[in-house]
Amino acid sequence: MIELDVRKLLCPLPVIRVQQAIKTLKPGDILCVTATDPGVLHDIPAWCRIHGHRILTTRKLERELQIEIEVQA
Amino acid sequence: MSNSKIHLRASNSNITLPKRKAVALISGGLDSMLATKAILEQNVHVEGLNFFTGFCVEGHTQALRKKDTQKQKRNNALWVAEQLGIKLHIIDIVEEYKSIVINPKYGYGANLNPCLDCKIFMIQKAKEWMLENHFDFIITGEVMGQRPKSQRKHLMPIVAKESGAEDRLVRPLCAKNLPPTLPEQQKWIDREQLFNFSGRNRKPQMNLANTYGFAEYAQPAGGCCFLTNEHYSKKLQDLWTHRGEKLYELDDILLLKVGRHLRPRPHFKLIISREEGENHYLEGYCHQFIHLRPLSHPGPIALLEGEPSAEDLHLAAQIVARFSSRRTEACVTIQIQQGRDDPRTLEVIPLASEAIPEDWYI
Repeated sequence: MIELDVRKLLCPLPVIRVQQAIKTLKPGDILCVTATDPGVLHDIPAWCRIHGHRILTTRKLERELQIEIEVQA
Repeated sequence: MSNSKIHLRASNSNITLPKRKAVALISGGLDSMLATKAILEQNVHVEGLNFFTGFCVEGHTQALRKKDTQKQKRNNALWVAEQLGIKLHIIDIVEEYKSIVINPKYGYGANLNPCLDCKIFMIQKAKEWMLENHFDFIITGEVMGQRPKSQRKHLMPIVAKESGAEDRLVRPLCAKNLPPTLPEQQKWIDREQLFNFSGRNRKPQMNLANTYGFAEYAQPAGGCCFLTNEHYSKKLQDLWTHRGEKLYELDDILLLKVGRHLRPRPHFKLIISREEGENHYLEGYCHQFIHLRPLSHPGPIALLEGEPSAEDLHLAAQIVARFSSRRTEACVTIQIQQGRDDPRTLEVIPLASEAIPEDWYI
């Protein structure tokens, strides 16, 4: 599991960081993103859908959000 | 340039033609959506680019405020890409874009918007992407005569030339008003299926949206860039004036989107949050600034930029107290902290509303 901290960043920066991180990963890797902007709950899944990556879980914690992505080919 | 192939049957023989690839500039608005769709309809592979400059009008930035919670928390460019079924690459151009904002060759529009330079720069970046990724041409949603600064007829060839895109730049919505581009000449796309829109009338675009079955699309009021906003530009100009140099960092321009900005003295300014969402956001910057917050009751966080004297800090505390929930109390306790240093407190009388001159508001 690879961790990506995008707390305090507002969209689209979290999406850009996810895009950059996934470029360095291989199919089957899991990227765990921690964010604070609620917009990520919409934008990161949207970005993953159009690029064919799989959202495994999304979790809302008290002041943080976590999204786990499985990288696809 | 492209390696992918499609098979077409022509004159009773199998001919293998390359499936052409285009890169589209996707803003999230209707025009780039329609332009891309027009090319997708011609069996061209299209992928989108969206550039992050730091000045983008983002629903999320606005959604920091409760009054904006009705707005959809979505990135319109991603949404458009999903509707079109294309990939979208969001490119961070914050650093390179600074020279465009600070020193635009073609100057500014009504505010600090360097629209023509911006258009040239983005198409230049798209061309670089096109070459790196072995694509064939570039699509934009430009419509001749639609924008006073960047989409006038005589400027369109300048944009194509200066960006280096030359005849690989296709503007599907107004292509018939312009000389044929390379993709049209080479029959990669059919010119007859492109359009001749011009002017500020949006009806042709709306009709085309209906034809394509787009029931929903973003219609950003005032464009998609904060630099076209008079109020925002005033704050950026103030920042440059008082720093004595025309430079900025990403945090500077993001903070200009948040809170009330007041400059009570030439050598310091306050950014005061307007509600809880902005409080959370400014909290993330407290370690970099002198910051103030009411201790005796709930109220706004304020960041102070500059070098204040003790007297200035007292005034700043009074202003912050004025924007707290107890603005009518005789005394309010304000905590002042420099970065992560030990905090101290001041007991102050909230400044009366009429004691804040209009020209303190930036």
